[in-house]
Amino acid sequence: MRRKSPYPYWFFLPAGAIFLVLFILPTVASFYFSLTYWDPFEARFAGWDNYVQFFSEPFLVRGLTNTLVFAFLTSGLKTVLGLLLAVLLTSGIFAQGFLRSVVFFPVLVSTIGVGLLFQELMHPTEGAINLALAAVGIDGPGWLTNPSLALISVALVDVWRGVGLATLIYIAGLATIGQEYYEAARIDGATRLQQFWRVTVPLVRPATTTVIILSLIGGLRLFDLIWAMTRGGPGFSSDVLASVIYKQYQAGFWGLSTAGNVILFLMIAFIVAPLAWWLNRRELEA
Amino acid sequence: MTRRGYIIGAISLLVAFVVFVIPFLFVAINAMKTAQDASSLDFSLPERWVFWENLVTTVQTRDYALLLAYWNSIVITVCAIALLVVFGAMVGFVIQRRPSRTSRVVYAFILAGLMIPPAVVPTIWVLQGINLFKTLNGMILIQVAYGLGFTVLLYRAFISTIPRELDEAAIIDGAKPWQIFFRVVLPLLKPVTLTIIVVQSITIFNDFTHPLYYLPGRENITVQLTLYNFQSQFVSQMNLLFMNILLITIPPLLVFIFFNRQIVAGMTSGAVKG
Amino acid sequence: MSRLTTTTAIALTLSAGGALAQELTFLTDSSADSVAVTEALTAAYTEMNPDVTFSIETRPGGGEGDNIVKTRLATGEMTDLFIYNSGSLLQALRPDRTLLPIDDIESFDLLNEAYVSTVQGPEGNTYGVPYETAQGGGIYYHKPTYEELGLEIPRTWDEFMANNATIAEETDIAPIAQSYRDTWTSQLFVLADFYNVLQEEPDFPEEYTNNEAKYADTPAARRGFEKLQEAYEAGYFNEDFGAATYDDGVAMVATGEAAHYPMLTFAVGLFQQNHPDLMEDVGFFAQPGDDAEANGLTVWMPTSLYAPASTEHPETVKDFMSFVASPAGCEVVNETIGATGPYLVEGCELPEEVPGMVADMLPYFEEEGRTAPALEFLSPIKGPALEQLTVEVGSGIRDAQSGAELYDQDVAKQARQLGLENW
Repeated sequence: MRRKSPYPYWFFLPAGAIFLVLFILPTVASFYFSLTYWDPFEARFAGWDNYVQFFSEPFLVRGLTNTLVFAFLTSGLKTVLGLLLAVLLTSGIFAQGFLRSVVFFPVLVSTIGVGLLFQELMHPTEGAINLALAAVGIDGPGWLTNPSLALISVALVDVWRGVGLATLIYIAGLATIGQEYYEAARIDGATRLQQFWRVTVPLVRPATTTVIILSLIGGLRLFDLIWAMTRGGPGFSSDVLASVIYKQYQAGFWGLSTAGNVILFLMIAFIVAPLAWWLNRRELEA
Repeated sequence: MTRRGYIIGAISLLVAFVVFVIPFLFVAINAMKTAQDASSLDFSLPERWVFWENLVTTVQTRDYALLLAYWNSIVITVCAIALLVVFGAMVGFVIQRRPSRTSRVVYAFILAGLMIPPAVVPTIWVLQGINLFKTLNGMILIQVAYGLGFTVLLYRAFISTIPRELDEAAIIDGAKPWQIFFRVVLPLLKPVTLTIIVVQSITIFNDFTHPLYYLPGRENITVQLTLYNFQSQFVSQMNLLFMNILLITIPPLLVFIFFNRQIVAGMTSGAVKG
Repeated sequence: MSRLTTTTAIALTLSAGGALAQELTFLTDSSADSVAVTEALTAAYTEMNPDVTFSIETRPGGGEGDNIVKTRLATGEMTDLFIYNSGSLLQALRPDRTLLPIDDIESFDLLNEAYVSTVQGPEGNTYGVPYETAQGGGIYYHKPTYEELGLEIPRTWDEFMANNATIAEETDIAPIAQSYRDTWTSQLFVLADFYNVLQEEPDFPEEYTNNEAKYADTPAARRGFEKLQEAYEAGYFNEDFGAATYDDGVAMVATGEAAHYPMLTFAVGLFQQNHPDLMEDVGFFAQPGDDAEANGLTVWMPTSLYAPASTEHPETVKDFMSFVASPAGCEVVNETIGATGPYLVEGCELPEEVPGMVADMLPYFEEEGRTAPALEFLSPIKGPALEQLTVEVGSGIRDAQSGAELYDQDVAKQARQLGLENW
């Protein structure tokens, strides 16, 4: 008879039960409910109707493409700006510690608060941003009311709010790079710019992978900031999947809402998983 | 520090001030103005400083909804974190100490939870089925389920740095598994536990989306929802809206000031290994 | 078994006779007016029936509130009484399955016939009584501006646009206020045009319900979208129309920053609250159509009071509903919030003095054929995305034709969800 392990599996039970009932079960059930006309009173089988709806209704398709634009834009900006800020904030400049805190602080503030604040700052006629622009003679745009700009504006605020986390991860990554690499580069006569491209960028790659993956997942799932700033508007111009899911839920189209959830799930799985695999492989090769 | 360092530092400081500090100053200044004064939404100093009046009015809005919200948010945060710490550490412990197929499968599921968006409406359906919809208890368990990935990840990584010899000594002394865990291992996890507490408390306290779905109802209001719900009421009273933002930012601000190091440790270690 | 039945019967008799103290639960929406009316009506009823007391809960409005009501009905946790929309939104509650029929209450015969049809289920039972007054959807205007420029109340859309042109030429004020931060306010040009639709296409509601007529290919129905597009293209909106709120819209027409604001008459409450001194500066007229001879007002049926089939106090609940739908009930409402429109209960009268904007609305009701219900009270289907579509048309993102086509798709979604035939 086998000796009883001192690390029994029943330790999984409490957490496992909660996770199974409140996370796994709804996820599995969502595949079924996405195939029904579902509201609080009944769930009638609908076949693929909800999915067909999702890919044929222009404003639902819009939510899909906006999600991708938003996620890649914010992820790209956070990666680039995060790295630059991290290099700056580890270069031994004046007030470095204070600056790190200042850049990081928005990460901790209520997203809804940030959204409402920028909604005011970005008001087309009375907002502080456009008033400041007007003071130097520039006619500021309707940041959140111009349909081709609204999504970008929200994305910029999201970068403002999230770049601190990317910076922090990069700072941790930079700390692992030994000074000897830079010294060797200097002896070879590399300029600062060359050192950045040849030493910093390749050696900080694990942090880059993390920043890209984290901000991409966050961007694909983002709901609260969009909801606080535009509710997907004007019209549908800044709708993303998560806001579409919420709107369909509110309208009583639970099946359609759940289909959106499944699509989001698949999208994250099919974008993030291969990307993570690819980035990690390159990391090993490098 | 070189002269160049000072110049770049000064410029960065100026840019950081404009980009990151001014928006918060804007909130603070306007929170101290009268409604009339704040309606123009500019950077002028208040004509009359009415910090205290605004604070009292904001707290009193809708029958002290903000206080109720504070209470609810604190209950949810504290209870969820207590469960997360104990249950999460138990899982991380066994996964790390007993490398087996079962452990790997469990770990894979839990990590998937970090990535997969929760299926919200079916979750409501489940919560209704077990009578936890619209209850603080339900919300607590939801936060546990959603926070588990991060918690287990951190615990597993940390437990790998604790020598097995310690458990083995306890086993030889005849300790039962739960005794090993609670008496020997858990006390050693203090540093990472502090990190988890700090990071998760900010996440849960600032959560808006999940209470919006799973915790409707006036008596269930949480701090993030006060802002959302007061929006219509405060439409011509920006001063109060900003006061509200200020009031709900205080807890994360305090945590930030006192636990800066743990936040950095948690955010980066969890993230870099994720 | 038989003894048990007897006991139950006795208990029922006792409770119906009011010998037992009862507490009824009540779910109202959280708007200040609804809460005030609920408190006043329940207090008045308790005064007459000291055994019956009430416990009032509130819920948010909009889609969030809809979900709460639906969920509570579906799970049998609904309060003994609740208020909710009449018309198409009621149908989504599956009234025949979930609500208590009230055809036998005492004041049933006092109810306006057109109203009753909007609170009935497919099986023909009636479920609600009017909770407040009927509303009109039309256009508020700034009287001093009209006087200054010598303008007249327009009876056709062309006259309305001519007035706007004069205002744009001779003043700096915005001819029309729009407030798209509160997206729902953008729907008025389309919804309030329905009187005009009905004049040209009397069968539209029925054909629309049967999936035979569409907004996009019925010229009269599409007009509402076109009017919105015309107003936008003429540049008549306030500069910050995309960021302004409902409160801003009301403020603009009250202070004369804008000359017109299309809105429902429940805005009277907000005028009273925010601009009590300017009440008489604001007037109201129906959204004009293309024919001066057929000028009338699109009417919204009142919010209604319902009870779930699951209530444990059906008799008391019905008695309370009968009280609400009686002249005594209307009197309480009058005293509490004044009147924002006509009552749909026989014998109910408005206070002697009403604000000018309410007085402007009353003539439409007094003449035969000058009012028509909004489409949502004639057909069970209404698409939830209309407000986003009208924002798009009103912001020039999309033209009227495409807005109407997309709205037809949105409606189809709702019809399929309800499981209607022919869709």
